[in-house]
Amino acid sequence: MIRPALPRWVAVPAAAAAVFLAVPLLAMLVRVPWVRLPALLATPAALDALGLSLRTCVLTTAVSLVLGLPLALVLSRGRGRWASFGRILATVPMVLPPVVAGLALLVALGRRTWLGGTLASAGIDLAFTTAAVVVAQTFVAMPYLVVSVEGALRSARDRYDVVAATLGARPTTVLRRVTLPLVAPAIGSGAALSFARALGEFGATITFAGSLQGTTRTLPLEIYLQREVDTDTAIALSVVLVAIAALLVAATARLGRTGSVPS
Amino acid sequence: MRLRAGACAALASVLLATGCATPASQRTEVVVYAAASLNSVFTRLGTEFEASHPGLSVKFSFDGSATLLDQLSAGAPADVLATADEPTMAKAVTAHLIGGAPTVFATNVLTMIVPAGNPAGITGLDRSLEGRKLVVCADGVPCGSATRKLAGLLGVTLHPVSEETKVTDVRAKVETGQADAGIVYVTDARASGDAVESIPIAHADQARNDYLIAVPTSATQPVAAAQFIEFVTGSSGRTALADAGFGG
Repeated sequence: MIRPALPRWVAVPAAAAAVFLAVPLLAMLVRVPWVRLPALLATPAALDALGLSLRTCVLTTAVSLVLGLPLALVLSRGRGRWASFGRILATVPMVLPPVVAGLALLVALGRRTWLGGTLASAGIDLAFTTAAVVVAQTFVAMPYLVVSVEGALRSARDRYDVVAATLGARPTTVLRRVTLPLVAPAIGSGAALSFARALGEFGATITFAGSLQGTTRTLPLEIYLQREVDTDTAIALSVVLVAIAALLVAATARLGRTGSVPS
Repeated sequence: MRLRAGACAALASVLLATGCATPASQRTEVVVYAAASLNSVFTRLGTEFEASHPGLSVKFSFDGSATLLDQLSAGAPADVLATADEPTMAKAVTAHLIGGAPTVFATNVLTMIVPAGNPAGITGLDRSLEGRKLVVCADGVPCGSATRKLAGLLGVTLHPVSEETKVTDVRAKVETGQADAGIVYVTDARASGDAVESIPIAHADQARNDYLIAVPTSATQPVAAAQFIEFVTGSSGRTALADAGFGG
């Protein structure tokens, strides 16, 4: 199908928008101390931050898949008030200001709270641990997976799952062999988005988990600290963060394209 | 606003309403870039300054000292710069951002704070901290550098569970009971009120932070800026700073 041409004037605000988005990123690339970049990134603090970020984001993505995927499945089948309520609940953490997410976690799971105290007496003390970083990241990142997969499940028109069930396949088999493969691209892009969101997580981590090299100080927290100490290091680390985020977004776009092609 | 109106009304009866009648647009505005720890005391001083200096108004921007320096070197329109430590001001002087010689107008020392009731039974920088959650400022930010210096003087090795970028983050973690103890400035301990208890640290005065104030070379209102600095270093300023816990 050939779409009608766009009016020419659209190009002007469109170009302005593109420039507006590109200029800050380009400015940072210009400002990067390229010659000193390897030395700046090879410091123990920088490597610890990068390593911790990657480890926690992998864990966060895994937890998001294990818990978020079933939630997406249940929500996609839900009807009525409870399902709408569940969908809102799954979306709100996406739009919360980061510090608010941290405060919410603090009043729910802090050491002085009922839940936090109960966990602590069971030997699980989250305060200032790497586990707290994963909790903070999962709280803000899992919704991306849930929303992305739930949307795909609801818009899947073909009733392959119904056919499979009619042919005698058990629910788990239908889920494993039919339903999940159909939304695989959405699961992939949702997981990539969750990973990217977890990588950029800052406010909830600094409020809830603290900041200690190698334990809780992820890449964004290290950038925040270096901004006060050494701007060059902060910019060098920012470029790494931007590069990883760009790669993830590119991967997501690729998955999205393969998903739209009918198989 | 109500406070200011009240101050104006009181002043009006004395000064025949000269200053208070001046519309905001005709006032000379002094823009003050000040360290975050000065927030409440400078806000109070700003109100007093405006009341006693008809025709002048003060606008504040509070942030970490290093951030203020970054903004100033990027061309921020500051008439006064007040930093929470000497090294940051020295950097500003080296970068030719400051005209005259900076003045030390206050000092701050560190103290230990614990949540109200001291649930973890902390007694100071000693064995009572073993297995407890201590939160400090990160080395490199002013309060963290002072903490490192003090620990060195006392010959103790700290094992914090978190090193925060801002002293207010240390405070918040102790106030909420997430941390068992924290090292902050005495002014923060005072600002926390009943939420925390202070445990003084021996020789804290030897790791003192000097607060410096100066007029940037790029100031558009250098005369009014000098008046504000005079006010801060004068008797009104000294009283307000002492009330907040700062040393002279």
